[in-house]
Amino acid sequence: MNKGFSVVGKSVIREDGIDKVTGKAKFADDYKFDGMLHAVMLRINEAHARINSVDFLEIENNRNVFSIISSADIPGAKKVGMIKNDQPIFCDEKVVTPGDVIAMLVGESEDGLRPLLSKIKIDYSPLPVLNDPKKSLDKDAVLIHPEAGSNLIIHHPLRKGDIQKGFDESDEILEQTYTTQLIEHAYIEPEAVIAIPQGISQGVKIIGSIQNPFSCRRIVAAVLNLPLAKVRVQQAHLGGSFGGKDDTMAILAARAAVAALKTGRPVKIRYSREESILESYKRHPYILDYKAGYMKNGKIKAIKIELLADGGAYTSMSPFVTWRSVVQATGPYEIENVHTDVRAVYTNNPYTGAMRGFGSPQPIFAQESLMDEIALRLGMTPDEIRRINGYKVGSVTATGQTLKDHDVNLITVLSTACENTDFAKKWKNNLKKKSVALELSKDSPILKDDQFIRPDDNIKKGIGLALSFRGCSLGAEGMDASAAYISIQNDGSVYLDCGLAENGQGLRTTYTIIASEVLGVSPDKIIYLELDTGITPDSGPTVASRGTIMGGGAVKNAAETVRDKLTALVKEEFKLPADDIISFTDNHVHSESEGTLASFQDVCKIASSQGMNLSAIGWYKGPNVHWDEETGQGDAYFTYVYGCQVAEVSVNISTGEVYIDKITAVHDPGTVINRLGAEGQVFGGVTQGAGYGIFEEVTTDKGFIRELNFDTYTIPTSKDISEIIPIFVEGKESYGPWGAKSLGEPTLELTAAAISNAVCNALGKRLFNLPLNLEEVLLNIKLRPADTKRGSLV
Amino acid sequence: MEVRFKLNGKEVATATASNIRLIDLLRDKFNLTGTKEGCGIGECGACTILMDGRAVNSCLVLAAQANGKEIITIEGIADGDILHPLQRRFLSNGAIQCGYCTPGMVLSASALLSQNPDPSEEDIKEAIAGNLCRCTGYKQIIDAVKETAKELQLKQ
Repeated sequence: MNKGFSVVGKSVIREDGIDKVTGKAKFADDYKFDGMLHAVMLRINEAHARINSVDFLEIENNRNVFSIISSADIPGAKKVGMIKNDQPIFCDEKVVTPGDVIAMLVGESEDGLRPLLSKIKIDYSPLPVLNDPKKSLDKDAVLIHPEAGSNLIIHHPLRKGDIQKGFDESDEILEQTYTTQLIEHAYIEPEAVIAIPQGISQGVKIIGSIQNPFSCRRIVAAVLNLPLAKVRVQQAHLGGSFGGKDDTMAILAARAAVAALKTGRPVKIRYSREESILESYKRHPYILDYKAGYMKNGKIKAIKIELLADGGAYTSMSPFVTWRSVVQATGPYEIENVHTDVRAVYTNNPYTGAMRGFGSPQPIFAQESLMDEIALRLGMTPDEIRRINGYKVGSVTATGQTLKDHDVNLITVLSTACENTDFAKKWKNNLKKKSVALELSKDSPILKDDQFIRPDDNIKKGIGLALSFRGCSLGAEGMDASAAYISIQNDGSVYLDCGLAENGQGLRTTYTIIASEVLGVSPDKIIYLELDTGITPDSGPTVASRGTIMGGGAVKNAAETVRDKLTALVKEEFKLPADDIISFTDNHVHSESEGTLASFQDVCKIASSQGMNLSAIGWYKGPNVHWDEETGQGDAYFTYVYGCQVAEVSVNISTGEVYIDKITAVHDPGTVINRLGAEGQVFGGVTQGAGYGIFEEVTTDKGFIRELNFDTYTIPTSKDISEIIPIFVEGKESYGPWGAKSLGEPTLELTAAAISNAVCNALGKRLFNLPLNLEEVLLNIKLRPADTKRGSLV
Repeated sequence: MEVRFKLNGKEVATATASNIRLIDLLRDKFNLTGTKEGCGIGECGACTILMDGRAVNSCLVLAAQANGKEIITIEGIADGDILHPLQRRFLSNGAIQCGYCTPGMVLSASALLSQNPDPSEEDIKEAIAGNLCRCTGYKQIIDAVKETAKELQLKQ
């Protein structure tokens, strides 16, 4: 029912916008407390070393040092993790990557503490450094975590059909290897957290730039050996996260909390950009081997996929990130025979974890490149090959799941994208254009006028597309449920809260719109409360593009619970027939038989005078999914979204520069709730995806990161992207609020692949390694400095 | 040492050390925390303020350099409770997500509009090219600046 909404799908001003645009919104580092101490981290310049001893003697009595915090001060878990407890809060035995922290100095000022770090004597023995994920599983490889017995973090196999038979029956076989790079979230706000001791009976309070307050609480409580209820985590306004302020923040919060309880004073940790990039986790680089067997008519018969993800020094989210990869690695194509192995391994590189896209941008780059290459070999256009193989209603995925019960809009988004860009015609025209070849006259070395290469001749146009399906929410990763709290005051104003977090994406606005729609009150009557684990029920993490579908479902449930009570009250109070239809709009309550009955405010007043409870906890639980770990078969997610992006680029064949002229992004997120927010997700996601596609890369030298600030780690600026056109195809869906699903991650995952296909269309040569920076486009090679300094070497 | 300057319309005087950055003075002494630090090396623009009408990175300016200058931060750009037209347009265009870059973005845009009341799209992109935003992809920000320019032109 997309008709008749009063607020849903409209442009509504952000609930927190006024505070943010006036500078009043408080981010973590804006909080100050009386007696607050600061902390600085002790590290060594090694990627892999055994720590023999740490001698603080020279600084112990320094007046700037209030306390020294190390592993010995931890009352509970010394190692933590989102999935596996392999990451020490303080690395007192061994460092396994340069970001590792050995201990922490606490005092009145950071400036007073920093010079003291070099006076601490650390005796350590360097260990062999493992940087190449391909060597991680070698028999003689050094073990990063010897207690794990191997460097294998996780292996997800998937077996469907008979792969050998599939290849045998295929007309042609194509094998390719692709690589994707390590990248940084680059949230503009670096990490900051404050732990405030609350007295013996209350434990500790944490305020910070935290993406997932409940995950953070779990880890802090384990480290402090306190019950969950004694750790209260409040989210400050969050200056961007994109998956990045999870593990790192939980560990920083735990360090601050240990120090706060030891010193009895509030302790703040805030990172510079350099420390942020050094220690925080990043996006997994992948090595992707694809082998496809296909028929001359374009039908893919069999696909064998081997993916290797560099998990870096810790497990973090690798098992879940790579699980999404195994589910989606074939792309949105129905293939009879599939044989996939996805592995994540330990190295001494910076560790990798959750980042917007979460294991999908890497296989999408490979699979969409492969589809285009097959199309070229068969003389088809990129959209033709995808129409032949793409999912339709009733298609069976690689995991054996039948797609049904929702609009399987894959072909619709593809067609919409192609029609809006005149795709096939442009694609063919670009292919026809030959490269400029200089033919010198034998008689005279002097060029004639028409032989000069005009600047425009250096620019080649290309168009390319990428297509994807994406499982919504957590899927078989874990329990999937969310809660919302609503409380209506007797003047009709409303408090609203949800256990999912505002990370900048506009979730609070989306929830305000949902409550506004259900109760018929204008959005400005709804006051959104801060997320505080002491108030709101645990709703799981704000990840996997689950905010709207899960939290939105909970908000709708909460608002409907109260509305139903008011409906019953109104019927009784106004003596209306039982089958009368009551509606809530325009801050008033109406009945079908009597018209407008009263203002919402007056109805709330009556309810309050009768002692009615006008508050509710709403709940939304996703349907069960199942998964067989041995075969990689099962209903992985309860529903899916579909997207297609078309990139139009100009490539300078002299410099290798790729300029993005236009990205048309067609997405089916189900019903759009928050129009401005949805468009913002597309603009932002596409821009991040473009950065991933053409220039972003964190490079390392023996585990040490070269790009520690924005002077060398470049992200897209206002001048780097031209037009982005968002188009929504709002498919029907039974889950989520009015069938609203997911959008945040789909917007990012497709862009790099679409750009790469466009560059190939422009140049007539395929590129296999992200990012498509100048040297990749021009030389098919990545130039690297010899060490961590600037300057290039092959 | 003592520095005196005009801060958001009011004359102020305060003692500071020679190695203190203007961003620290604003945030720590005057509690104007709307000025954000993102990189500390003048690359991200989150700490942008107006110094005598020009947009500058306050992480690259020493507090002492503010002496005798007129400084405007995000807290001083509205007219009391009445938002600056740029602030209103940022809201109505959805030009804000996490909001961390917003203060700097608004101030860079306001410096542009005071110097060039009729900017082209390229002028706008150039003016905010030193302000990194990881959330919005800039589109709605550029639209907000464009609309504000039109609004201000109509008023004149």
